[in-house]
Amino acid sequence: MKLPKQTIVQRFHIRFFGSLIILLGLLIASNNFLKLDFSALVQNFDQFLALFKEMMHPDWKSAPFVVQPMLETIQMALIGTTLGTLLAIPAAIVAARNVVTNKWITGFVRIIFNMIRTLPDLLLAALFVAIVGIGPYAGVLTLTIFSFGMITKLFYECIETIDNGPLEAILATGGKRSAMVMFAILPQVSSRFISYILYTFEINVRASTVLGYLGAGGIGQQLQTSLSQFRYDQTAVIILAILIVVLAIDGLSNFARERLQ
Amino acid sequence: MMGSIQHRSAGVWHRTRSWFWGLLIVIVYVWGIFGINFSKIQSSAGAVTKAVLMGIIHPDWHYVYQGNGEDLVSVMLQTLAIAFVGTIISARISIPFAFWAAKRRRHHFSVLSTSGRIVLAVVRTFPEIVLAIMFIKAVGPGAFAGVLALGVHSVGMLGKLFAESIEAIDAGPGESILSVGGNAVNGLVFATLPQVLPAFASYSLYRFEISVRSATILGMVGAGGVGTPLLFAIQTRSWNRVGIILIGIIITVTIIDYLSGWLRKQLG
Amino acid sequence: MTKPELKPVIDVQHVSKIYDNGTSGLSDINLQVKPGEFVVIVGLSGAGKSTLMRSLNRLHQVTEGHVLIDGRSITEAKGRNLRQLRRDVAMIFQNFNLVKQSTVLRNVLAGRLGYYPTWQSSLGLFKEADKQRAYKALERVNLLDKVYQRVDQLSGGQQQRVAVARAFVQDPKIVLADEPTASLDPKTAHLVMNDLKSMNQELGKTVVANLHSVALAKEYATRIIGLRAGRIVYDESIQNVTDADLADIYNGDSSVGERQ
Ligand SMILES: Nc1ncnc2c1ncn2[C@@H]1O[C@H](COP(=O)(O)OP(=O)(O)OP(=O)(O)O)[C@@H](O)[C@H]1O
Ligand SMILES: [Mg+2]
Repeated sequence: MKLPKQTIVQRFHIRFFGSLIILLGLLIASNNFLKLDFSALVQNFDQFLALFKEMMHPDWKSAPFVVQPMLETIQMALIGTTLGTLLAIPAAIVAARNVVTNKWITGFVRIIFNMIRTLPDLLLAALFVAIVGIGPYAGVLTLTIFSFGMITKLFYECIETIDNGPLEAILATGGKRSAMVMFAILPQVSSRFISYILYTFEINVRASTVLGYLGAGGIGQQLQTSLSQFRYDQTAVIILAILIVVLAIDGLSNFARERLQ
Repeated sequence: MMGSIQHRSAGVWHRTRSWFWGLLIVIVYVWGIFGINFSKIQSSAGAVTKAVLMGIIHPDWHYVYQGNGEDLVSVMLQTLAIAFVGTIISARISIPFAFWAAKRRRHHFSVLSTSGRIVLAVVRTFPEIVLAIMFIKAVGPGAFAGVLALGVHSVGMLGKLFAESIEAIDAGPGESILSVGGNAVNGLVFATLPQVLPAFASYSLYRFEISVRSATILGMVGAGGVGTPLLFAIQTRSWNRVGIILIGIIITVTIIDYLSGWLRKQLG
Repeated sequence: MTKPELKPVIDVQHVSKIYDNGTSGLSDINLQVKPGEFVVIVGLSGAGKSTLMRSLNRLHQVTEGHVLIDGRSITEAKGRNLRQLRRDVAMIFQNFNLVKQSTVLRNVLAGRLGYYPTWQSSLGLFKEADKQRAYKALERVNLLDKVYQRVDQLSGGQQQRVAVARAFVQDPKIVLADEPTASLDPKTAHLVMNDLKSMNQELGKTVVANLHSVALAKEYATRIIGLRAGRIVYDESIQNVTDADLADIYNGDSSVGERQ
C-alpha cells in the first residue's frame, strides 16, 4: 500500500496550529501590554451588580422628559441621512468606474471617501462640537459626514453593477453625461438606493442616540447627565427608550425594505 | 399591492397612494426640519475649522514617538490591543449564544431561539459607551473597561451572525455521524464545527475591523485607547495634536481593514 | 439462495410511519432480510423508499411496529444501545453527506466513531490499526492518493466512494444505500455498485439499496422489493423477476402485465 506523500504543512496541520499559536501569542502580548487584571473584575463585581440593580428600578417619573430629546434624535438622524444622501449621489457618480472612465479620478476620490469612512461617529461629533458648539447642529453635521461615507460606497458599488447597454446607447446618440445619469443610471438603481438610504437611516438613529454624550444634541445629552449625576434609575429609562425607538425603527425600515423588493 | 382590499377601494387607493406617500414624506420632513431646535452656530466656527484643517496639514510630528508610553504609537497599539482582546472575548461568548438563538428548523417558531434573538438584539442596541461607563464603575477607568465593553457589546452582532451561519449548515453530515453510531458530541465535533468555524473566523475578523473603530472612541469616556488623548487635544484646542491623531487613526484603520479583508479572503 | 434456517438480520414487523404533518410514509410494512442478501427496493418517487430506509437505522422514528436488527429492537433502543445498533448498520446517502471541509481521511475515520469514547475521538486520537483500516478501505475504492485532500476538492463520484470507504471501516453487518447512484454518471454508478457488490459477496455484508434504475436493480440484486404508497406490493427473488413485474411496480396499476 503506497500512501501519497504528505507535505509538512499537511502533516502537522501547520495552518491550523500556526494560526492558533499566532492568535494565542497576540492575545498574551495584548494582555501584558494592557496589563489586564481579571481579578479586578471578580473583586469589584458586586459594584457592577449594585449599579445593575439600580438600573433594574427605572425612575418612571422621568419618562416624559425623555420624549422631546428622543424626537430630536430622530430628527437629527433624518436630516443627517438626507444631507448625506444628497452629497453622496454626485460623489458616487464621480467614483463609479463605468461612468467616469479616468482611473486617476476614481482612484483619488475613493481614497478620500475611504479616509472619511475610517472615522467613527463619536470622533466626528467631538470635532464638530468643538467647531460649531454644543447642540443638534454638531449632531446633524456628524451624521451627514458619517452617512455620506457609508452611502457613497454603497451607491458607487451599486452603479457599477448596472447594465452598461443604456449608458452606451445614450453616449452613442450623442447625449450628454448628465442625460446619461438622469435617464440611464437613476432609473436602474433607484429602488436599491432607497433601500440603502433606509438602511443608513437605521444606523444613523442608533448613532444619534449617543452623540449627545459629547454635546452633539439628542437623547445622548440626557444620558450623559443621568450618568454623571449617578441617577442610574434615569439612565435605565433612557436606555429603555433607546431600545424601543431603535428596534421600532429597525422593524419599520426592514418592513419598508422588504416591500421595495 | 394590497390584494385584500375590495376592488373599488383598491382603485381609489391605487390612484391616490403615490400622493399619500408623497404627503407623508413631506410631513415627516417639515416636522424634521422645523421641529428641531437649532441653537446658533458659535461665531468662531470658521476660525476653528480653519485651525483644524491647518492642524491636519501641520501635524504635531513629535507626538508620534516619544518613548514614554504616552505617545501616538503606544496609544494606537493600546487601541488595537483593546479591540483584539475584546473581539476574542466576544467571539468566545458568542458561540453558546449563537447555538441558543439559531433556529433548529427553518420557518419554525420556537420560544427558545426567539428569546435568544431578542437578547442579542437588546445587547446590540445597548449603547457601547454606557457599557463602558458601567464597566469603569467595576474595574476603574482604563483599557480593561474598554475590553469588557467591546467584549460584551460585540456579542449582539457576532451572536446573530454566528447563529445565521449555524442555521445555514447542511444537516446531511450530521445525519451521517448519527448513522455510524456517533453521539451528539461527535456530531458537533465532526460535522457541525468543521462547517461553521471558517464562517465564525471570518465574521470575527469583520467584527475586529468595527471594534478597532469603536476602540478609538471608547477613550472619550475613559475606557482606554487613543480616544482619551484625542478628546483632551480637542478640549485644549491643540489642533496640531488633533491633526496627528486623526492621521494616525486613518492610517491604522485603513491598514487593519486591508489586512483583515485579505485574511477573510484566505478563509474563503 | 437464502436458506430458510438463517435468522433474519433485519426484521421489520408491522411498521407504520406517519409524519408530523399527517402524511403517511409507510403503512404496515413486514419484511425479513436474511444475512448475505442484496435487496433492492424500487418504487415511484414518494413511494416511501427513503422513509423505510431511514426507519431501519432509526434516523426516522416509526409511529407503529418494530424493527429488529440481528434480533435486537432498534426502535426501542436508547442511548448507548441505540448507538451500538447503529454501528452495525452503515448508511450511504444520495448526496454523500460528507463533511466537505474535512479531509478524506477524517471522513473515513468517522466511520469508526461508534468504537471510541467521545473524548478520544474528539481529540482525533484514532488508533493506528484504524488508520490502516481507513487506508485499506480507500485503496479498495481506488482513492488512496486522495487521502489527505479536502473532500470539496473531489468529484461527486469520488465523494460517494469516500462514503463507501467510510461504510467499509465501520465494519457493519448491514449496509443501507439510499439512491447511492442518483447523482452519478452511469460509469461511476457502476463503480459504486461494484463496491457495494464486493462488500456483499467478499465480506458477506447484507445490502439494502434504493435504486431508480431498473437496469442496475436487475444487475446487482438478489431480491427485489416493490413499494407503492407506503406498502410492499412486490417481493421476489431475482430469478423470478420479470420485466413485466418491474414495469408494473412503476406503472402504479394493480393488474399485472398490463403494459405488455
Ligand atoms: N420530513 C417529511 N415530512 C413530511 N412528509 C414527508 C417527509 N419526508 C417524506 N415525506 C412524505 O412521505 C412520503 C414518502 O417519501 P419518501 O421520501 O420516503 O419517498 P421516496 O420513495 O424515497 O421518493 P424518492 O424516490 O423521490 O426519493 C412522500 O409522500 C413524502 O412527501
Ligand atoms: Mg428518497
